[in-house]
Amino acid sequence: MTVTEPDNAQATPVELVALTIDDVEVSVPKGTLVIRAAEVIGTEVPRFCDHPLLAPVGACRQCLVEVPDAGNGRPMPKPQASCTLEVAPGMVVRTQLTSDVAAKAQEGILEFLLANHPLDCPVCDKGGECPLQNQSLSHGHAESRFIETKRLFAKPLSLSANVLLDRERCVLCQRCTRFQSEIAGDPFIALLERGAQQQIGIAEGVPFGSYFSGNTIQICPVGALTSEDYRFRSRPFDLVSVPSIAEHDACGAAIRVDYRRGKVMRRLAGDDPEVNEEWITDKDRFAFTWSRQEDRLTTPLVRNQQTGELEPSSWPGALAVAARGLASAAGKAVLTGGRLTAEDAYAYAKFARVALGTNNIDFRSRAMSKEETDFLGAKVAGTPVTVSYADLEAASTVVLVGLEPEDEAGTLFLRLRKAATQFGVKVVAISSHTTRGLKKVNAELIATVPGEEPAALEALELDSSAVILAGERLATVAGALSAVAAKSEATGARFAWVPRRAGDRSALDAGCLPTLLPGGRPVSLADARADIAAAWNVPNVPDTAGLDTDAIIAAATAGELGALVIGGVELADLADPAAARAAIEAVGFVVSLEVRQSEVTELADVVLPVAPPAEKAGTFVNWEGRHRRFEKVLAESAALPDVRVLAGIAEELGRPIGIKTTDQAASELAELNDWDGKRAAFRSRKQSAAKPVAKKVVVSTWKQLIDGGRGQDGAEAYSATARSSVLRASAQTLTTFGVEPGAEATVTGPAGSVAFVAEVADLPDGVVWLPSNSGVNLGAVVGVGHGGKVTLAGGKA
Amino acid sequence: MTDTLTPVLSANWGDERAWTLAAYTERGGYQGLTKALAMEPDAIINEVKESGLRGRGGAGFPTGMKWGFIPQDNPNPKYLVVNADESEPGTCKDIPLMMANPHVLVEGVIIASRAIRANYAFIYVRGEVLHVIRRLRAAVREAYEAGHLGKDIHGSGYDLDLVIHAGAGAYICGEETALLDSLEGRRGQPRLRPPFPAVAGLYASPTVVNNVESVASVPGIILGGADWFGSMGTEKSRGHGIFSLSGHVAKPGQYEAPFGITLRELLDLGGGMRPGSELKFWTPGGSSTPILTAEHLDVPLDFEAVGAAGSMLGTRALQIFDQTTSVVRAVLRWTEFYKHESCGKCTPCREGTWWLAQTLRRMDQGKGQPGDIELLLDLCDNILGRAFCALGDGATSPITSAIEYFREEFEASMTTPSWELFPPSASTLFAKEGV
Repeated sequence: MTVTEPDNAQATPVELVALTIDDVEVSVPKGTLVIRAAEVIGTEVPRFCDHPLLAPVGACRQCLVEVPDAGNGRPMPKPQASCTLEVAPGMVVRTQLTSDVAAKAQEGILEFLLANHPLDCPVCDKGGECPLQNQSLSHGHAESRFIETKRLFAKPLSLSANVLLDRERCVLCQRCTRFQSEIAGDPFIALLERGAQQQIGIAEGVPFGSYFSGNTIQICPVGALTSEDYRFRSRPFDLVSVPSIAEHDACGAAIRVDYRRGKVMRRLAGDDPEVNEEWITDKDRFAFTWSRQEDRLTTPLVRNQQTGELEPSSWPGALAVAARGLASAAGKAVLTGGRLTAEDAYAYAKFARVALGTNNIDFRSRAMSKEETDFLGAKVAGTPVTVSYADLEAASTVVLVGLEPEDEAGTLFLRLRKAATQFGVKVVAISSHTTRGLKKVNAELIATVPGEEPAALEALELDSSAVILAGERLATVAGALSAVAAKSEATGARFAWVPRRAGDRSALDAGCLPTLLPGGRPVSLADARADIAAAWNVPNVPDTAGLDTDAIIAAATAGELGALVIGGVELADLADPAAARAAIEAVGFVVSLEVRQSEVTELADVVLPVAPPAEKAGTFVNWEGRHRRFEKVLAESAALPDVRVLAGIAEELGRPIGIKTTDQAASELAELNDWDGKRAAFRSRKQSAAKPVAKKVVVSTWKQLIDGGRGQDGAEAYSATARSSVLRASAQTLTTFGVEPGAEATVTGPAGSVAFVAEVADLPDGVVWLPSNSGVNLGAVVGVGHGGKVTLAGGKA
Repeated sequence: MTDTLTPVLSANWGDERAWTLAAYTERGGYQGLTKALAMEPDAIINEVKESGLRGRGGAGFPTGMKWGFIPQDNPNPKYLVVNADESEPGTCKDIPLMMANPHVLVEGVIIASRAIRANYAFIYVRGEVLHVIRRLRAAVREAYEAGHLGKDIHGSGYDLDLVIHAGAGAYICGEETALLDSLEGRRGQPRLRPPFPAVAGLYASPTVVNNVESVASVPGIILGGADWFGSMGTEKSRGHGIFSLSGHVAKPGQYEAPFGITLRELLDLGGGMRPGSELKFWTPGGSSTPILTAEHLDVPLDFEAVGAAGSMLGTRALQIFDQTTSVVRAVLRWTEFYKHESCGKCTPCREGTWWLAQTLRRMDQGKGQPGDIELLLDLCDNILGRAFCALGDGATSPITSAIEYFREEFEASMTTPSWELFPPSASTLFAKEGV
């Protein structure tokens, strides 16, 4: 059950109201509900429908208390639901502890709730952590007087492919429906029928397709809602719970990981009022089986030069081979991907400089630009938190540019929705069309052709209380990040860079960029280099800017790279997967640090298995810049973090990096502090002149939350709730290109063609929206990304 | 205290085609409107306050005071909603009124809307009474054609649109906040209060929800004056009201009489009990009001006296039961109704009525067990005052009052089915034997 601490962190003085509960005087902020005032003195009034983050409803009647004095000298004639009753000065409240009336009322309600309840606790997933079970023990009768017939329902009822409902267990508290309508904005479940036949249900043919549906399972105070993945899998008392941080996006949502016998059984939302409150996305909750698929790497692999096959090897052997290959190569580079913890990213950054002697390192395994490199170095890397989740609620306007929060940052989306619906914050979206997510934050759309985001941002009137949230695909739009910086400077509006991956910001701050050393220190500045060299106890660090991702791939393709160290990169994520593959094939020696087999490990000469987040400790730095430390969940796992593996290679190279453990990396990183010296100047870029290409359309694209990403492997029921993969365009565009709405349309780009079902939406003419990786990897199959140009035709190619 | 009938709303029911605008106007209809259009809105509210008119839907809240609660400085539109979702077992006053005299309601709506400065009004009619809905719609059409509704009514500058809304047949939608949810197109379940409808009702705007008979009484008050209205009834329950006599009486029907009339007087007016029968128990205001017995024949039927007698005046739905009736069976039927109509929102009403009905069914079948009566009383105690809205309370009234007056019949249910003690055929209107 949910018990909240009163919020003591209020900056402004609040008006206090004094009342008496169970003969104890207590002062609480005006507007506090009696049920929470009672918590302040340590009295827990039993409850089911009440939830501190949902609007009061007073439906279950479990929290009845007696009010002998309403504050006006008169008693309230009936017991009152303490979850809907606000405190009043001089009010006298008696809970079950001091009032026979309240105690009997509560016992009566519990008896009613159990009358139609199946009492199947021994086989119920909730048994052992069930508010109904707990409160029946603490506040109920030991024996029921109910000898009549219970109502029966067919069960379970699939609300979606993933969420199942047991209507017999349901106590109709409406927490799930209220969460969906109030918080998620996806009211796909509702009460149906009436009386004892009342039940939760979905509209015919409209499944419970919400990205946040799993939260309803967690807040269900009984075992009525279960997930396909977890039901009947384990009992709460067999699980070990460890707090952690979700690894699927840059939000840093707090989660709780429950495991049993070395295997994660489920994940729940953690309670962090500053970040995710009590909510997480379904991806955070259900996508955790990816690291235990059959292709999990368990032992180092070394390529047999005779057979050309990867063969299992000992750790010392593999590290020695890796070191030999790296030592003998001319031209080295490191690609780190965006999924690393801050500690591991720091190890790569230090490894590149100290062990390999190069600044050729980049965490961006995706479309990137030099403008982005400069922007991140000058404006983002190693800066303190300037925009927080709470700041969104206080902003006058939040501008979204190059960012679709519901798909790309679900926790941020929920907070933005709260800001918009509860605090009246205006949301302005510079995007191609009004998505479902944008509707739910009441966003005003500035319909923009991909590539023209800078002009759209330029034209906005903002004041200093506005916040600009810039998504990572702005890297693909010339002038966009320049426009963000310029707008912020001109208006005083704050901005935040919202990347897509959990480790993007960590890697940036740790120095996984060719122009940046840890803490935002520019490679180009001698004192910054000297600072780092001193800290690392090395004579110097490389003084020229290294190669970025695109340049590394270009150099590799040109045969200029002798060795490449790759950690956690999926080729399919890169701007041109085919070119990246060719590039890696052209590199003489490739070392891959990976959790599972991948396209990269297949090409590597040495493959070194590393630990997924559940099997190591670490820190993700989220989009705010907030450090989200988490501990190792699966204590039994012997998998090594990247830092340990890199330390081993460095030892073999004879150029040790001085850190071997996550804790050492963390403390060294903390001692470095953020750079407080000069930063590289940011040179502003201009928007590219629009070059309309006849008979082509511009692509707007991003990745949907539930898509083909490998981080979701194994979560089949969850994956089945993905949104359908469609092409969206204006009616005019569809007509122009001979596409029937609802029929298939084919887009063709440099790499090939793919067909989608077409749907009309409010895009500017000449623009189509496509999902980046829902069934089809757009970059690999069509060869385009955001802002790319394709031909469009009706029918299936 | 007068003992004669006071037909006001029902005065024209016998007229030829009484429901037409022509017939209504012939009798002086819409003169109240003419007078009201010349009055300041606050003056209309004052007149209704002065009259002492209390809500005719059962609770008896002063109508004028309710209108006065509407915050006129609220920038949102104001709404008048007429609760015509008459669904209480035994209650049958509004439907015949709307059937026979729809224009008095329409006229009342216009005057009341002007008083609270509403430009939209709604009559929410229970969906089952399609004939009434048709009749109301015809009356509204006539009123529009005559210029009583629409823009700039009779040159007064006042605009009003009136919508007849058909409910979907749920007892809960007679609860005013559930009615508002239903009217908004949502699932009809009661809302949390505060905010009260006067502050945030329909579409979160100030709203008055009045019963049909309350609103229909307004034209008379405006035309006849508060003093005329107050000359009828008792000091605190003034005016005329429709008393619906049903059950084992010689002449069931609607009797419009001053508040404070007694059942004995009404039975006299209605020709007494049916031949050969004697009064066993009765409800003063529908099934949600605790039953009374022959000892209460002389209780004045006003809010205060019926309350003092341990019941509630309610909707003046006088259901009369004679000695052929099994109390257990009657209470079971009512409880089945509450179980069927419980909206399901709150636990005690939803689960409690499910439980009560099953226990009573057993008792009705003679399968009662020792302790069942105490169980029934305790379950009722756990529902009464614990439910979200008054409907849960109402479900307990017949049970607790029946056990109070007829405990021995419940005790008999431990051994004997009700149909043996009280053969149902004897209770029918057409019974030849057993009476």
